[in-house]
Amino acid sequence: MEKVITVRNLVKKFGSFVANDHLNFDVYQGEIFGFLGANGAGKTTAMKILCGLSSPTSGEAKVAGFDIYRETEKVKRNIGYMSQKFSLYEDLTVAENIRFFSGIYGIPPASRKVKQEKLLKDLGLESAKDSLIGSLPLGWKQKLAFSVAIFHDPKIVFLDEPTGGVDPITRRKFWDLIYGAADRGITVFVTTHYMDEAEYCNRVSIMNNGRIEALDTPENLKKQYSAKNMDEVFLKIAR
Amino acid sequence: MMIIFLLPIVQLLLFGKVINTDIQNSRIAILDQSHDNTTREITSKLVSSGYFVLGEELMPGDDVEDVFRKGQVKMVVTFGSEFEKNLERDGKADVQLLADASDPNTARILTAYASGIISDYVKKEKLQNLQLPNQIKTEVRMLYNEGLKSVYMFVPGIMAMILMLISAMMTSISISKEKELGTMEVLLASPLKPIQIVLGKVTPYLLLSFINALTIILIGVFFFGVPIKGSFILLMAESFLFIMMALSLGILISTIAPNQMVAMFISVLALMLPTILLSGFMFPIENMPLPLRILSHAMPPRWFIVIIKNIMLKGTGILFVWKETLILMFMTFVFIALSIKNFKIRLE
Repeated sequence: MEKVITVRNLVKKFGSFVANDHLNFDVYQGEIFGFLGANGAGKTTAMKILCGLSSPTSGEAKVAGFDIYRETEKVKRNIGYMSQKFSLYEDLTVAENIRFFSGIYGIPPASRKVKQEKLLKDLGLESAKDSLIGSLPLGWKQKLAFSVAIFHDPKIVFLDEPTGGVDPITRRKFWDLIYGAADRGITVFVTTHYMDEAEYCNRVSIMNNGRIEALDTPENLKKQYSAKNMDEVFLKIAR
Repeated sequence: MMIIFLLPIVQLLLFGKVINTDIQNSRIAILDQSHDNTTREITSKLVSSGYFVLGEELMPGDDVEDVFRKGQVKMVVTFGSEFEKNLERDGKADVQLLADASDPNTARILTAYASGIISDYVKKEKLQNLQLPNQIKTEVRMLYNEGLKSVYMFVPGIMAMILMLISAMMTSISISKEKELGTMEVLLASPLKPIQIVLGKVTPYLLLSFINALTIILIGVFFFGVPIKGSFILLMAESFLFIMMALSLGILISTIAPNQMVAMFISVLALMLPTILLSGFMFPIENMPLPLRILSHAMPPRWFIVIIKNIMLKGTGILFVWKETLILMFMTFVFIALSIKNFKIRLE
């Protein structure tokens, strides 16, 4: 399978603090890659480097086949990003947000309209087209933010704790969207705190103190650590 | 935390020291056409009073307006020819006080003080011997603002204040809002270049500020009768420069401030108060204690107000304001350089 992210000996230091200590991993096209770790383990730092929001201290990384040092521009063109904080404009309507982000990614108005119709229909948000984002419930906002992040059909979408603060049912529905995207061939790189979500991933890596301690499918990890569920695996590693 | 305790102290000292409409060490020029004992003594009385400092001695035929255009001298005292002789013979002599009334308050106080000192001197030193009625004629003329309208002073000041407020404060708040809400990260992760993001944020405020500048000038001219003696194009160009300076300052603040609250706080503290207090808009800079006088050099509005007054009231061209213009350009450059540096650090 095609590798869409390759990371080799990636190091990020803030002064003497090592946030990412020689990371090595590959992510394959179309998979859902869970990036787990306790708070402060270095997940967000690594993700920001891969998105071109931050530059590494040393090491190599390629995203969508482009070098993150020299081809940041091309990397950004091929990724979608949904930040930890909710990332649409609250004081714009649903349609205005879609128009804004389409503009940034250079989607022509004609195809934008077609895609927007489909997006709103899939999410069941047709009636909310002209409502302000700020007036929508959090679960809807998250689904919408995700749909906007993949609106330009990126190769990879990075999700930084996308489902914080919502109930399990809403989370489950959110994951249906993620599966849908993965089925269309979009690689999903997701950080999360919820271990039930880790079970939904094709493969997960678990970080601790800036290092990747484990990387495999959830089944193999559970076997390896002789644990009943991912919760136990996580506790054994991050303890 | 410290700021809660420091703020009142700083404010109190600042206000106490700055709000001081007394005159001290105002620069004057003397045009003495008779050079006799009396005029020399009056001059030394004026200078030794502590209110005035002798900035320049003019020769007959010198262009008096040129002195004012340079902006240092606030008042020119002109003694008529044969001053002493006329005084002793007829008990009459002419002295003219010509004040730069582009700052009407200062002009009023300066001329009042000077008239007082002169008539006091004549009464005490001369008339006892002469036994003549006090006939010294002090003619007061207010240059650039004959009616002493304070609106002449407020238009440039308000303009500096509003442009600072709209450009710097609104820019810094709107950029830090994006940081606070997380939309900035999404923009940075998009194919947009940082310069495009910044231009996108700044352009609306550039337009708004420019419209504001224009409105203030138009209201000043047509409603309050403030003249524009110099070039309108130069005036707008300088306003544009000042807006650019304020916008880059706003960007700089937004690179420092993590959220809207802090941006607002810095803007008010670092922009509003100094603009009002230290720019010479309301309180003459010469009267301030030395540390504040030095600090006032770092206040962009100070230079802008000088430029605006020069162009509007004195009708000067770029030749007389190039120094101030360069200072504003330099400040803009420094703010942009610092912003870029801060931005890079944040990315690393």
